Amino acid sequence: MSRRLLPSGDAALLVECDSLDEVLALHDALAAEPPVGLVELVPAARTILVAVDPERLPLESAATWVRRIPAEAAARRSGHVADEVTVDVVYDGDDLRSAAALLGVSTEALVARHQAVEWRVAFIGFAPGFGYLVSDDWPFEVPRLDAPRPRVPSGAVALAGAFAGVYPRQSPGGWRVIGRTDAPLWDPAAESPALFAPGRRVRFRETGRP
Amino acid sequence: MTRFTVEAPGALALVEDLGRPGLAHLGVARSGALDRAALALANRLVGNPDGAAGLEILMGGFRARFDDETWVAVTGAWGRVTLAGRPLAPYTAGRAVAGAVLEIGPAERGARYLLAVRGGVDEPAALGSRSRDTLSAIGPAPVAAGRVLEIGAAPAASVPLLDREAAFPPTAGAATLALLPGPRADWFTDAARAALFDTGWRLSEQADRVGARLVGPGLERQATGELASEATVPGSIQVAGDGRPTILLADRPVTGGYPVIAIVAPASLDAVAQLRPGQEVRFRHG
Repeated sequence: MSRRLLPSGDAALLVECDSLDEVLALHDALAAEPPVGLVELVPAARTILVAVDPERLPLESAATWVRRIPAEAAARRSGHVADEVTVDVVYDGDDLRSAAALLGVSTEALVARHQAVEWRVAFIGFAPGFGYLVSDDWPFEVPRLDAPRPRVPSGAVALAGAFAGVYPRQSPGGWRVIGRTDAPLWDPAAESPALFAPGRRVRFRETGRP
Repeated sequence: MTRFTVEAPGALALVEDLGRPGLAHLGVARSGALDRAALALANRLVGNPDGAAGLEILMGGFRARFDDETWVAVTGAWGRVTLAGRPLAPYTAGRAVAGAVLEIGPAERGARYLLAVRGGVDEPAALGSRSRDTLSAIGPAPVAAGRVLEIGAAPAASVPLLDREAAFPPTAGAATLALLPGPRADWFTDAARAALFDTGWRLSEQADRVGARLVGPGLERQATGELASEATVPGSIQVAGDGRPTILLADRPVTGGYPVIAIVAPASLDAVAQLRPGQEVRFRHG
């Protein structure tokens, strides 16, 4: 496992890994024992941002902390079992047919697989509560729409690349929409505002028929 | 309960404090006052803690009536401010009697006034902050005409007898901002990295709390290909596919897919809040 530390101003550094799996493993290891003065720990597809309060945690100390997380500890997924949420979906999205056709499978097979695998929230990006979900057992790469839609409705269940996701609120978007859910993806008033917090496990379950 | 009524908000008046750090992993930006030092100073002038919520007022044209007696201070942008018809000097505290009207005229220098009231603006907090995040629509709604705002309990600290804080108006000429290394500087050519510092940039019309786009030469990449989205910090200078740089600000999306060539040092970031469209911007090594 290689780990490259990139500068990001005087209060943050960006840790670059070789793969998303390494990001997830290193993030688990870093999150397990956060030092005093750590302000943000933000995983993304290939990187983790480590932002500090420099008066309490000098950037050099943070860099040392990141470098010293042993490779084997980072490679082993942390022992704690993340909580799992189940999301009820009606699979009637506008792009269900085109996504299945692009992948060369039936819509039934795509829907079945989407429910069969265990997803994990890798990171959040794009908007508050928009989780990028990955699964070791998900075999598909789904191309984005050529032109993003100006309005994707809240609760749209969608696919792009190797990721699955759900739009927490109405927004523009280029992911292929395969269904919809009423699950509360984002509630700023809740104690845990994002249903898809990084590390959480997710199952999709078909509810009713369109 | 002490309160005041905003009779005219001007172009945009937002409740802001020092924001909500620590939630970027949930996709939530820090947000908060763009000119953090100006908010802290306004708060100190009326005896508040630095992070009490105030109003960030874009370009002026603001009028409010104080229903109850309180103290107020206006910092940040520079223009004509009157309280009960009498001029209120910039960066000083003024006592507003019940019924007094505060008027904040057009900004002559700078772009954003910060108004503090003794006790702070007491709007409901969201995710631990009273800041309005304009991109994610978190926090108190933009202040509309006729809105009544509650004022919190007066702090233990008294209003300082003398205003000891030096008042420096925002510059009307070229603003010089210190830059720190960014994570993707090596994605750009040597010429592009030099041009960043050699160019007299101008702030474009596309400048808000999300980002400030700059006008100048295109910055050429040497690395081709796509950058997987990664987290950014406030002040990141992101360079879009057309080579144009944008300074990402408090309400930015917390991840972005364009490479960050450099980062505006925190001490210089407040100055970005006071830039006006067309104003010249120069960068120096910080």
